[in-house]
Amino acid sequence: MDMHVSFGGLELDNPIMTASGTFGFGLEFAAYGDLTKLGGIVAKGLSLKPREGNPMPRIAETPCGMLNAIGIQNPGVENFLTQAMPALKRMGVTVVANLYACDAEEFGELASVLAEEEGVAALEVNVSCPNVKEGGIAFGQDPAQIGRVTEAVKKRAGNKHVMVKLSPNVTDITVCAKAAADGGADSLSLINTLSGMAVDIRKRKPRIANVIAGLSGPAIKPVALRCVHQVVRSVDIPVVGMGGIASAEDVLEFILVGAHAVQVGTANFLRPDFAFTLVDEVESLLEEIGAKSLEEFRGSLELPL
Amino acid sequence: MSLRNCRNVKVLDVSPVGQSKRPGEFFEITLEYPGWDGWQSGQFVMIRPASWELDLLWGRPFSLYSGDGETLTLFVQNVGRGTSRIVSMQPGDEVAIWGPLGNTFAVEPDTPTLLLAGGIGIAPFRGYVESHPKPENLHLFLAHRLPKECYPFELLSKTVSTGSMAEERPEDLQRIIDSLREQIADYAARDGLVLCCGPTPFMKTVQAFANELGARAQVSLENRMACGVGACLGCVTKDGEGHHVQVCTKGPVFWTDKVEL
Repeated sequence: MDMHVSFGGLELDNPIMTASGTFGFGLEFAAYGDLTKLGGIVAKGLSLKPREGNPMPRIAETPCGMLNAIGIQNPGVENFLTQAMPALKRMGVTVVANLYACDAEEFGELASVLAEEEGVAALEVNVSCPNVKEGGIAFGQDPAQIGRVTEAVKKRAGNKHVMVKLSPNVTDITVCAKAAADGGADSLSLINTLSGMAVDIRKRKPRIANVIAGLSGPAIKPVALRCVHQVVRSVDIPVVGMGGIASAEDVLEFILVGAHAVQVGTANFLRPDFAFTLVDEVESLLEEIGAKSLEEFRGSLELPL
Repeated sequence: MSLRNCRNVKVLDVSPVGQSKRPGEFFEITLEYPGWDGWQSGQFVMIRPASWELDLLWGRPFSLYSGDGETLTLFVQNVGRGTSRIVSMQPGDEVAIWGPLGNTFAVEPDTPTLLLAGGIGIAPFRGYVESHPKPENLHLFLAHRLPKECYPFELLSKTVSTGSMAEERPEDLQRIIDSLREQIADYAARDGLVLCCGPTPFMKTVQAFANELGARAQVSLENRMACGVGACLGCVTKDGEGHHVQVCTKGPVFWTDKVEL
């Protein structure tokens, strides 16, 4: 079965990518599988300058999910380019850089740093991180800001594919999707984490130092699927689905609803070779259910009249 | 087989250990050997039972305790949702295991080396003692609240010199702190090595004395982690310069002057 996916100039060997923040810069997982087997990796969120992130504790396990408030800890874009990119390029990994900044101007600046890096196939614009005080979700909840940030990135991204990552923490995600599309996005990725919280009744304290954190994992899959379903019907640009994908069945659910590709996030923590084995499982499952091709299967969901 | 991998192995045995006041608290869990070329003391593994499906998502980290190339044994204290289900496993059950992870304790064969264990913190020292080329240079000190029989203390006493103190009453705590200070001062004076694992307050005490007395000391951290491979950034601690570093890949063993506890 041909698993190749092409959209907006982005060429992927298969539709399985790994989600930002769950796969490091990819090299952390190189002992557990061949990184080139994946459709692509979305690198840990990058900012112009290094960030230390939020105080501990930052993660908590929840039923069928987890909360995190890492706060975009990263070594900064220059360190990424000098320390991780050379190895990723040598291996031939398809790399999507995930961008985080505090305003549209800074997003643009970050895009211009990455525009010249030939090893980076696409830029994913994070307008939806719930775990940072500046920027982050404030952009993701304001369609006008989403549009401005998307324009600023697109203008300075050279010929790079620009993917805008949307938050589910809004009343109507399609309004945000349209704003990104109007701003020039080549594709959309959704969903980022849902805002959540956990507390300890014995210590009488929040389980996360930041108090509010992002919920991910299988618990959020129905929300993610609903968001992808709504967005693919409201914009003309391709959608990359994510949120709770933990099996080949889950991948095909997102494709059936209309996603061109998917990102696997929290499931990478189930075991470090998860994403690698998923690629084979998706191909087998497509054949098993009698799909002629990925393209034929995509968006073929039959809705009640 | 490469040194580091992830694979499914079978549980061979789950045996309760000791005479804890709370029955069913300590266990030795023996697994099929995961096919590694080797591992060193201080390193750890993540294990995740197949039966968890999507209920609990994270594997659980355990110090490497003992292994013989045919089997791998972990020492587990039943303290939460994950560990209670791990100690309930039966022979034949399957777990995903990935490792060996993290760095290792310093081994200086000819240096007098003091092993300071707080309770369950004794776990990595079994492997350390069993693999050390000159165990006559080792001394193990165990500070414990639960009966000593809960821990592999007598077993290790057959190989190395040992000492212990129980914290049964509030006044015992000061006796333990005074003893730690005295022992660390002695090893500092002999340019010895001090290795520590246990609850954070225990390690903080050891760190404070080591830094004050100029002892060369290492602590092994046990922060909560989701992935074990450096990606989730959920287990970070601050290094000596105030930067967040991953305990799973930059540790779990840190020199006491290079980490904030």
